[in-house]
Amino acid sequence: MSTAVAEGKTWEGGNAPLKVSYGKMMMWFFIVSDALTFSGFLAAYGFSRFKFIDAWPIADEVFTHFPFFHGVDAPMYYVAFMTFILIISSVTMVLAVDAGHHLNKSKVTIYMFLTIIFGLIFVGSQAWEWNTFINGDYGAVQTKGGNILQFGHYVDKDGEQVFKRVAVRDFAVTAAHQDRTQHENRNGIWFASEGALPAYTMDEVIHGLQANKDVLVRTQIINEHGEKTVLSREESINQIMKNGKLYVEGANLHVNEYGSPLFADFFFFITGFHGFHVFSGVLINIIIFFNVVLGTYERRGSYEMVEKVGLYWHFVDLVWVFVFTFFYLV
Amino acid sequence: MAQEHKLEIFRGLWKFKSNTQKIWGVLLFLSIVTTVEVALGIIKPEWSMGHVLGMKILNWIFIILTIVKAYYITWDFMHMRDETSGLRRAVVWTAIFLILYLIFILLQEGGYVFEVYDNGYIKRDF
Repeated sequence: MSTAVAEGKTWEGGNAPLKVSYGKMMMWFFIVSDALTFSGFLAAYGFSRFKFIDAWPIADEVFTHFPFFHGVDAPMYYVAFMTFILIISSVTMVLAVDAGHHLNKSKVTIYMFLTIIFGLIFVGSQAWEWNTFINGDYGAVQTKGGNILQFGHYVDKDGEQVFKRVAVRDFAVTAAHQDRTQHENRNGIWFASEGALPAYTMDEVIHGLQANKDVLVRTQIINEHGEKTVLSREESINQIMKNGKLYVEGANLHVNEYGSPLFADFFFFITGFHGFHVFSGVLINIIIFFNVVLGTYERRGSYEMVEKVGLYWHFVDLVWVFVFTFFYLV
Repeated sequence: MAQEHKLEIFRGLWKFKSNTQKIWGVLLFLSIVTTVEVALGIIKPEWSMGHVLGMKILNWIFIILTIVKAYYITWDFMHMRDETSGLRRAVVWTAIFLILYLIFILLQEGGYVFEVYDNGYIKRDF
């Protein structure tokens, strides 16, 4: 029932006790419940992080890429850009709401359009971010206990010895003879399937490590300087030969070359859930945009629908501010 | 449908002539805060590496700045500043109380599980 019909009635939404329409109030309460859902996820992330507080991946070392700048170490710049895009889209949204208050149809149209564009840029950036994370860059070895061992060497930088990561593909000795090929159900057991085999076998990694005298292993454990522990040369070879089990590259729900698989799980789940919110927000914005263009709200004499969808859109921005802090900064 | 807007932020320190101007002002403020966050995250100054209440000073700064940003997004972009105090409290107090409680329990428990592993009662690195 529209508010116009219920005007003056005490019940059936006619009375607005908090001086706010039924629709807006319910949008606020939906936002409260959605905020609690997101807090549940972020608090669960905090739980897992506190559980592995001495071995959690360092975000600066994970998200270091910027589109079109291959090989440039740019920690966080791209996410900062994404944050900025989302804040800008929030501004265009609130400008649309403001224009709606003045019943200015052409301005509402322009600002809604810009909001949709910025929303799409954000979703696209997130897709890129996922793609980079899934593909990985250096590769690592997973131990029997599920820990991650990464590789690197010391280089001289301004007279200081700096640990620099080395990709496994750059030092692994590829054997001509492969132990086995990937099992496919068309020429093996038809009811069993197997995912892609790792790019390198453990033997190849070990031979590569032995052949390259300067390559060292870095463990997940964070030392007192807030950096990951680098093992000595003997320790490195010893660890890899004794505990190394699987070569991993990139991240998915099972393995993660950057550290604890839980980090990847939460990354996919939380940013995915947020991305889904942005995506549905864009869809709702598109619907509202067409209603504005068709003059639905002009005839109604009120642009309150724009305001309601605006609340949702700002909420998505609000959540991102927290995701940004807890995933990338802290 | 002209609506009333409160046109000052920072407790009246910064006043605006129109709602549109206020929006741009808040955008400027939010951008500055984000820039500061990113700059601190990249530089990681030496003084911010000390620990206060079990967490790095830098991380406290990040969390406080995030809450500041959240405040301005809610109050000015979502117009919470212009709603009645009843609605404001129903939304903000409920959420803040439940979220603080949830965070407290889960982080407490996470810290405990870490201790159990760390003291060697359970072995996970083999």
